[in-house]
Amino acid sequence: MATYIVIAVIVAIALWFLSTYNHFVTLRNRVREAWSQIDVQLKRRSSLIPNLVESVKGYAKHEKQVFEDVSQARSALMGAKNPHEAAAANDMLSGALKSLFAIAEAYPTLRASENFKQLQDELSDTETKVAASRQFYNTNVLDLNNSLEVMPSAIVGQIFGFKKEEFFKATEEEKKDVEVKF
Amino acid sequence: MATVNTAWDHVSQNIFKTWLIFAFFTVFTVGVVYILARGLGFGEVGGLGIVGIAMIVAGIMNFISYFWSDKIVLGISGAKPISEKDNKEIYRLVENLCIAAGLPTPKIYVLEDTAPNAFATGRDPKHAAIALTTGIVQKLNKQELEGVIAHELSHIGNRDTLVMTVVSVLVGTIALLADWFLRSMWFGGHDRDREGGNTIFVVLAIVAAILAPIVATLIQLAISRRREFLADASGVLLTRYPDGLASALAKISSDKEPLEAANRGTAHLYIVNPLKGSDVAGALAGLFNTHPPIPARIKALQEMEGKI
Repeated sequence: MATYIVIAVIVAIALWFLSTYNHFVTLRNRVREAWSQIDVQLKRRSSLIPNLVESVKGYAKHEKQVFEDVSQARSALMGAKNPHEAAAANDMLSGALKSLFAIAEAYPTLRASENFKQLQDELSDTETKVAASRQFYNTNVLDLNNSLEVMPSAIVGQIFGFKKEEFFKATEEEKKDVEVKF
Repeated sequence: MATVNTAWDHVSQNIFKTWLIFAFFTVFTVGVVYILARGLGFGEVGGLGIVGIAMIVAGIMNFISYFWSDKIVLGISGAKPISEKDNKEIYRLVENLCIAAGLPTPKIYVLEDTAPNAFATGRDPKHAAIALTTGIVQKLNKQELEGVIAHELSHIGNRDTLVMTVVSVLVGTIALLADWFLRSMWFGGHDRDREGGNTIFVVLAIVAAILAPIVATLIQLAISRRREFLADASGVLLTRYPDGLASALAKISSDKEPLEAANRGTAHLYIVNPLKGSDVAGALAGLFNTHPPIPARIKALQEMEGKI
């Protein structure tokens, strides 16, 4: 009888280990998938930039520095490999775009053009989408990090070397945006 | 339990309470089944056979309405699908909230009705649909609309069509068993002498057969109300703005116009009960509503204010 109990306990523990391990794999893959969704939106954002730059260039060729900043930020964003880099590059791009739109302000015909309006609209929608996918990413990171910290699942996470992931934080640029609003 | 205030607390508490009601429902079903089976004079084994049949019948009936929930409901209500071109703003609102919720974008429908209301349906997120009346689109501002859409998307994400189908199967099983039992009492005079059909159980079974379907329906309604609170709280986790939904609920409920497309069969789906004036007042009557009272929902939302 005692042997059976011992065997049952061992089997139960083994099953628990197995399912907890699988749980961690699922959580980690969800974080990766959520990250690839941010990536999709960031790519979408960068792909809108060349057209935008072209349309402003038609009016303000001399503003070389701004165009250069934008294209530099854009390539940084395209090349970003992790949440940290992407957040920084996205921040940079937001700053550069702000200067670009400031220039556009000076040209009423540009602002009134259908093409420019549509680009601006697309860009602002994409920014909402970046924010939304970031929110989903952070929810998944929270799930993973929670499971890695609470007992007893933390033990399994530790043994199999699962790592906590980094949140995609609001950038300095966006924090300033919020301040201006209120 | 710690004081409930953040949206996270509301979500986990509502999920916990749903499980609690489900557990109670299971015990209740087992008890009713046992009494009815004994009353019919079956031993435990024979009784299980009857329960199996009742579950299968109730299961098949509900499976149809579950599997084609989107088509049936949208067909009945006469909603029309819209694409991104038809209404860019609505489409984007839904699409962007779906990205935040990690759901595929559902089909979006519009109901030609000036009464402000909305509902979501579909057996799983891949077959989900969300419907908005033209009234809600016109009368609510962007933040309020966002709150409503987030609530509906939460129903989809929380698999509420599935939850309520499981509940319906249980309610249906009990109703069928009670019905069969009463019929057999009526027609089955020759079975009276069957072994084990002792008088106490027959009396208990008659009482159970009459009361159990009512109690089962009350439990079903309690779960429905719980899921509404849950969808409110999960919706807030998406928008991070409880005020939007709170003010939308206030606006929708103060609108006196009845929704023509809604009837008793579909009323439970909507964000706010569309059958105006049918909400029975009073403490006891609250038990018979599919939705929690609006003031209670708004109060819960206000609790989440600034704490997310």
